[in-house]
Amino acid sequence: MRTPRLVVLSALTLLLAACGSQPPAPEQAASGVESRTPGAVAVESAPVTQVKPETFDAGGIAALKDPRSPLSKRSVYFDYDSYVVKDEFQSLLTAHGKFLSANQKMKMLIQGNADERGSREYNLALGQKRAEAVKKALALLGAREDQIEAVSLGEEKPACTASGEECWAKNRRGDMLYTGEF
Amino acid sequence: MKFNRLVLACAAGLALCSVTARAQLTVEITGAGANRLPVAIADFTGERIVAQALASVVRADLERSGLFRLVDAGAALADSATPPFEDLKTRGADAVVGGSVVPGADGRYETRVRLSDVPKQTVLGNPAYLHSGAQLRATAHRIADFIYEKLTGEPGVFSTRIAYVVKSTGRYELKIADADGANDQAALASREPIISPAWSPDGSKLAYVSFEAKKPVVYVHDLASGRRHVAANFKGSNSAPAWSPDGKQLAVVLTKDGGSQLYLVNADGSGVTRIATSSGIDTEPRWSPDAHFIYFTSDRGGSPQIYRVASSGGAAERVTFEGSYNVTPRPSPDGKSLAFIARSSNGRFQLALMDLATKQTQILTDSAKDESPSFAPNGRMILYATEIGGRGVLAAVSSDGRVKQKLSVQAADVREPAWGPLVR
Repeated sequence: MRTPRLVVLSALTLLLAACGSQPPAPEQAASGVESRTPGAVAVESAPVTQVKPETFDAGGIAALKDPRSPLSKRSVYFDYDSYVVKDEFQSLLTAHGKFLSANQKMKMLIQGNADERGSREYNLALGQKRAEAVKKALALLGAREDQIEAVSLGEEKPACTASGEECWAKNRRGDMLYTGEF
Repeated sequence: MKFNRLVLACAAGLALCSVTARAQLTVEITGAGANRLPVAIADFTGERIVAQALASVVRADLERSGLFRLVDAGAALADSATPPFEDLKTRGADAVVGGSVVPGADGRYETRVRLSDVPKQTVLGNPAYLHSGAQLRATAHRIADFIYEKLTGEPGVFSTRIAYVVKSTGRYELKIADADGANDQAALASREPIISPAWSPDGSKLAYVSFEAKKPVVYVHDLASGRRHVAANFKGSNSAPAWSPDGKQLAVVLTKDGGSQLYLVNADGSGVTRIATSSGIDTEPRWSPDAHFIYFTSDRGGSPQIYRVASSGGAAERVTFEGSYNVTPRPSPDGKSLAFIARSSNGRFQLALMDLATKQTQILTDSAKDESPSFAPNGRMILYATEIGGRGVLAAVSSDGRVKQKLSVQAADVREPAWGPLVR
């Protein structure tokens, strides 16, 4: 008689465990209004990703998560103590600027970040400058002012936590988050 | 709201809050003053356990200050007894403290102490305290403050509190503890960072920056009730709160008009006005104690330097000129000097102190990652954050650079210290 009871108990435990670990319902992204303005996104300007021959929805919201689209790349990196957007990120920003312009219901939060060296509050201001530099570049490309909020996380949310330039370089960045991602 | 109740329960004086006792800040003395005053704190007479606890906390306080050398008093000494002056003189004591603890009818204790000058054989003071068992440490700190003030001529800061942030894996806690690290209580716990705590001048509130909304927002938190309100949450980032000396306003950094710029806001969040304008970064405002100036960090000249502007407005005046990175200005309580963080030519961030009249600057530490200096309210010590062995710790150094202490918590990062005001 021991075995069945054990089985029942185990099943019950599993059931309880399942209940306990049930993740909360995922936050709903804003309704999928896909604006398909032809030619809105310059897929050929992808800076890193090699565009594969098969087609994908380049202008739609799905492209934000499609690794083949430049829109899936969200980070702009900066030099030490600098908030100048480097040329290598121009094409990435062009893709996002045009996407925002074509999808006016989409909003973006730009989070600026800094490496750990120096004052936390000064680094917060430095991260803000970086976020604003990204915002300005996107605005020039057609994004509206009320679509974008530039904020800073300073040195508080490092992508990489070791010390040293290799790591610090990853932390001096601006991250672009779209509606539903923040 | 459960959390607030816990804080209240702790605040209500339950001597041991087991939740937080484990993470207590421990203070280690790593340097002492050159001419320490020899003082004998005798064992107090009366209620044995209370008397012993009181005397040991008083001794620890005085010793930690780095200004006193403890001399063995030889035997217990009641406040009413004449101290054995000749014996104390041979022991090398310049001052002696005796005391007695008498239990009262209501479960409280009456503690009387007497401080005497040994060479002159005179009484310097004879205060009495009525206290419960739970107020034991607080009473000892007040006795130590009394002794400190009588012997040095400056107010003691043993009864003050400090605020700091502890970061453990995925968790940030804004903590309040006694100046000796005891009785730590969490005022706020969050999964997102908390930075820049600042005490209101009356010690009842803390302003700070919390990232719980995925962006920096300034809150004002009432410590007794645990209630808080948003003081600044505009589009963009909101940070670096600093209380005006009258406690009515906060200087804050907002980015609502583009760029990190200085504003004034009433403590309740109303009435935003701009103080200064630059095309670069302006941040880390801090009032001079006379309320005439606001010191701040700005990169308007090409590198981050310290400036000041009259609190009534007008042109900014540059304060630091040496080096390419001088940040986090903190005027001393007497307004005569300025603590700040300077980056040395070899890339070390060190605590510096400038005499504002002569502009002479002294580097006070030999560490490399100093941040967030905060003056003790008597101006004697400066508390700051630094890093030892890759871990965030707090340290304190006297304004002459001689007395040094290290304050750390087991297995966690401690940062963002703020020394609270004097309690009267």
